[in-house]
Amino acid sequence: MHSALNGLRLFAAAAVVAVLSACSAPEPPKFHAANMTGVEYGKDFRMRDVDGRERTLDDFRGKVVMVFFGFMQCPDVCPTALSRAVAVRELLGENADSMQLLFITVDPERDTPEVMRDYLAAFDPSFVGLHESPERTREIADSFFVIYNKVPTGDSYTLDHTATSFVFDPAGRLRLAVSHNMPPELIAEDIRTLLGTTRY
Amino acid sequence: MKRLIATSLFAMAVAMPAVAQVRVDDPWVRATVPHQRATGAFMQLTAPVDARVVEVRSPVAAVVEVHEMRMEGDVMKMRAVQALELPAGRMVELKPGGYHIMLLDLKSQVKEGEVVPVTLIVEDKDGQRETVAIEAPVRSLTQGHSPKQHGHGH
Repeated sequence: MHSALNGLRLFAAAAVVAVLSACSAPEPPKFHAANMTGVEYGKDFRMRDVDGRERTLDDFRGKVVMVFFGFMQCPDVCPTALSRAVAVRELLGENADSMQLLFITVDPERDTPEVMRDYLAAFDPSFVGLHESPERTREIADSFFVIYNKVPTGDSYTLDHTATSFVFDPAGRLRLAVSHNMPPELIAEDIRTLLGTTRY
Repeated sequence: MKRLIATSLFAMAVAMPAVAQVRVDDPWVRATVPHQRATGAFMQLTAPVDARVVEVRSPVAAVVEVHEMRMEGDVMKMRAVQALELPAGRMVELKPGGYHIMLLDLKSQVKEGEVVPVTLIVEDKDGQRETVAIEAPVRSLTQGHSPKQHGHGH
């Protein structure tokens, strides 16, 4: 479990070192979020959306794609992350539609596609919810080194989960890992950078 | 059900005066979508003497727990706490990113504009208990991170 976390940190640290040591190269873009360029998380990303359609990153070429793992019973971090994505889109102004949010449930047994559809639409009708079998969900999460565990509480359970958002550039390459508390203003700046500098 | 309909947008906490006279500010509950089974309640609590919240009840939920959210590295963790300590004179904030009251096994959808009754059972150092009745307005599901929303007035 910790190795996945350390893996993320290590990659982030390596990315920072790469950026620092590449100062002589023709000005690489600078980001507020952890630079994940070259890290192959989420490779072969393929999941069904709440309408049962299979989605891949190819569906969103030309847009910056932000991927977040969460669950509907989460009272706190998940709605905050979604509200933040709404704020980012507002800050992007006329480029709002150049950012696509994908929400992956880590609680597919309780989060039915119907509840997910209503829940995400309450934030922004453009948000896409992804719902897969528990097994497939685990595979996808593993491919991002995302951790989630059921934790019993009373007669029910809650979930611990990685609260990092992952950002792909318009060419479908993983570029950033955004921490749960990064303000929307900085995320919007990073997305503008990605929209302006991506060659594909 | 009629009772749940908000009579005023500015419905405030009504604390029954008792031993500890816990002050409750800015209570709210996050709205849900149909068939969503859980949500959170948030507020600020200030007790004049050392006290602790030992139980929370609400008619809208079969199970009510106080949870603490914390980050371990990049991982968000939520845990039920047995009691919520209220140090004398210090405001304890239940807010996204910290403590919150979990309303679990909701009996029906919680809609924006309604008012949810929440009852706190507060115990002081001598084991004296008081009941704090709160009428918490329901705010939008999407409440929380808009750059425009900074600080709440009461």
